[in-house]
Amino acid sequence: MLRVEGLYTEYPNERGEIVKAAQDITFSVPEGRLFTLLGPSGCGKTTTLRSIAGLERPRVGEIAVKDRVVYSSAKGVFVAPNRRGFGMVFQSYAIWPHMSVYQNAAFPLQVGERRLSRQEARDKVMRVLAATQLDHLAEREATKLSGGQQQRLALARALVMEPQLLLLDEPLSNLDAKLREKMRFELKRLQRELRITTVYVTHDQSEALALSHEIAVMKDGRILQVGSPRDIYERPRNEFVADFVGSTNFLDGSVLGPDGDEGRYRVRTEIGDVSVLGTEPLRADDKVLLSVRPEDVALAEAKPAGANVWEGRVDQKVFLGECVDFQVKLGERVLLSRRHPSLRTPIGHAIFVQLDPEKCIALRAA
Amino acid sequence: MTAVASAGEGRRFEWGWVVIGLCVAVTCYLALMPLGFLVWQSFFTPQTAGKAASFTFGNYLEAYGSSETWRLFRNSILYAIGTSCFSFSVGTALAWMNERTNTPFKSLFYGLSIIPLIIPGILFTVAWILLASPKIGILNLVLKDLLGLDHHVFDIYSMWGMIWVDGLHYSPMAFLLMSAAFRAMDPALEESAMMSGANVFQVAWRVTLRLSWPAIFATILILFVRAIESFEVPALLGLPVGIQVFTSSIYQAVHRYPSQVGLASAYAVTLLLITTVGVYFQSRLSSRGSKYATMTGKGFRPRQIDLGGWRWFTAGIFTVYFLFIVVLPFLVLLWSSFQRFYSVPSMKALHNLTLDPYRFIVTYPNLVRAVWNSLILAFGTATIIMLMTSVICWIVVKTKLRGRWLLDNVASLPLVFPGLVLGLAIMIFYLNVDIGVYGTMWIMFIAYVTRFMPYGLRYNTTSMLQIHRELEESAAMSGASWGTTFVRIILPLLKPGLVAGWIYIMIVSIRELSSSILLYSPGTEVVSIVIWELWENGQYVELSALGVMLILALLALVMAAQWIGRKFGIRE
Repeated sequence: MLRVEGLYTEYPNERGEIVKAAQDITFSVPEGRLFTLLGPSGCGKTTTLRSIAGLERPRVGEIAVKDRVVYSSAKGVFVAPNRRGFGMVFQSYAIWPHMSVYQNAAFPLQVGERRLSRQEARDKVMRVLAATQLDHLAEREATKLSGGQQQRLALARALVMEPQLLLLDEPLSNLDAKLREKMRFELKRLQRELRITTVYVTHDQSEALALSHEIAVMKDGRILQVGSPRDIYERPRNEFVADFVGSTNFLDGSVLGPDGDEGRYRVRTEIGDVSVLGTEPLRADDKVLLSVRPEDVALAEAKPAGANVWEGRVDQKVFLGECVDFQVKLGERVLLSRRHPSLRTPIGHAIFVQLDPEKCIALRAA
Repeated sequence: MTAVASAGEGRRFEWGWVVIGLCVAVTCYLALMPLGFLVWQSFFTPQTAGKAASFTFGNYLEAYGSSETWRLFRNSILYAIGTSCFSFSVGTALAWMNERTNTPFKSLFYGLSIIPLIIPGILFTVAWILLASPKIGILNLVLKDLLGLDHHVFDIYSMWGMIWVDGLHYSPMAFLLMSAAFRAMDPALEESAMMSGANVFQVAWRVTLRLSWPAIFATILILFVRAIESFEVPALLGLPVGIQVFTSSIYQAVHRYPSQVGLASAYAVTLLLITTVGVYFQSRLSSRGSKYATMTGKGFRPRQIDLGGWRWFTAGIFTVYFLFIVVLPFLVLLWSSFQRFYSVPSMKALHNLTLDPYRFIVTYPNLVRAVWNSLILAFGTATIIMLMTSVICWIVVKTKLRGRWLLDNVASLPLVFPGLVLGLAIMIFYLNVDIGVYGTMWIMFIAYVTRFMPYGLRYNTTSMLQIHRELEESAAMSGASWGTTFVRIILPLLKPGLVAGWIYIMIVSIRELSSSILLYSPGTEVVSIVIWELWENGQYVELSALGVMLILALLALVMAAQWIGRKFGIRE
């Protein structure tokens, strides 16, 4: 449906230096899917989104929706943003303060190519306002809306012209935490119901995991990994992705050799020899970095059976309500473990640590 | 309130109260006194040696009884509307090109745009007389030659000429104000319109302009009020051909013999009413502006409209504009400053280049004194205003005192005073209340401080609003008194605003003419008065020499100030 190929963008910053905002960005989004560009600020995700929108003109690359090419450096095609017919929600919502709620939502129908009859337009606007639960506020001044309502209005405005593609630029980042979680569900429900192809930009990993069919993790203008949320979380392919999405324990090590099953290896680390899962073929003596999520670091007061078990000492505890974070000392090394609050081992006591080999991911060290 | 708390203990005498009280008293005195006396005077007959002043409506009857006044009123309004619309259109078009298109070298133009604001109005006007007067104007002569005409093309001595010169001179103000408005707008507002399918025209008309409406209206009002107060252009271009506006009529009424102060006051009160209406609407507008203050996002670079080949055309417009507003006026002054007698540029005249005008100016008996006077006045005015208004501003912004809004309005009141009217009011007051300032530098000092006080207040308010009150409260918790907090915490944090305001007031003080012209006396001339005198005496080449030196000096001052500003990490 959406196809982005070999996108390259650069622009001069305030000091006149050339910033390479996006390099060799390639991905495609199937019909009806929500695709997320995830990364820290300055990683090029917004530049990529704006290039799809047409607000930014890349140097090189090609962007096509269905079979319509909207940008191609090779063919010299650049369709102006107002001719692309994509809906977009901006981070600041960009609600026009001089118009009412209705006027804001109706604007795309008034300026577009296709003219609708008054009644038709009204029906459409009211339908989309109803879908975003704003129909009872139609005549209100847009500036009198709360943050969440403004956000929904921005969404309604982007949807009213029934775009082929919906672009969302950090739409939830200006909301407070509670509202953000609520809107997350709203947004997901709406996208799944309308089955509208969506590109979503965010720096918030939990938002990306919660909403997406597929995620592209970006850094310094490049895509590092594309995959389903579960893939990205459980099988990160490099240190940055493992670190940026969720929190994790890193252990340096070197490969001793294969360990039974396909993809299993034994790795020597500072806490001892560990049985791990390799995301790519490894050879003996390869330097690797192990990543273990805190929730995969099992703790027990009695010594459990199985592989990857060590005895450590509880160094520090943080009670978080729904869980407890343990810092367990194995020799000089501290591992973070997230456990159910029912585990009450006091600080200073011995405790057994077990790492599930399936969840110890070996990344080739940089 | 820190001050209240520590004074309440009554253990040590709190100097803060004295400072606060003094500042409030001086502000009220300065702002209210001239207004009261002006109105009072407008109801009295002139006082002469033989006859005491008596109450009369005669001044108003004379002022409004004649058809002359209606012509005056019409002229003034026409002139102000013409000037403000002209400078607004020019400034807005340039601002849009600068902010929203990819015109080449535009950042350079932005930097250059402040130069015209440095050139004193009287010099700009004189330069344009030399360029476009029917008889000696260079542009006229060149066009006559080129086109083989036997009559002149431009007549600067006309309403259109006045509008052209004054409008051009203040177009950078419109440019800066509108640039700020375009810049403050969240670019996403325009981008989302574009994503909705609107074309460039629809975006500009339905979003950009509608959203800028408060800024547009405020800018036009500012320009209108400023144009109606304008003195130099109407006096130099209008009076010789009998086109009178309020300001020039006030000047004439005072300088007639016997001087008709009452009549002048009646005119002045009318003028004051017009400016008051303008300033009132403008302040209402800015206080309602919050409706349009939208939440802004992460300030992405606004998308620029690619003009293609047209961008060289817009760059050409910038260049022509810059020629008109800086290069030509300065060059004509420079040319004439090297002549013995003013003559039009020619090969013959080129052989007669001389430094005589500079020699004359440097040895001009009043000059050294005038420069000294100007410097002392500008320095003193800027310093006093910035310090005094910082206290006023603290009261208005940081305290919860009842009636503090009144103080804000009182301190802003001089905004409605045209320079000439303020000069007149202060002249009348100190003629009647003899405390020995009339005829000294002090009276001009009082006038300058009064006139520029509102600017100081604006600069300080902007920075004061950014100072979180906890910074002050933590100083109090550390045991500092109000005075210590103010000197050690508030003033240093205000520094960017203080310095910027100080420089601005320095410059406008040195340029000041319209108040000084009614208040100076032999011995207290300032530089702008010397220029005025040279013009009256017809000493054009000497005037040009002085003008060139003054412009260069002011430019150096601004550049030094910017350098200092950068050095101390103050961003404009």
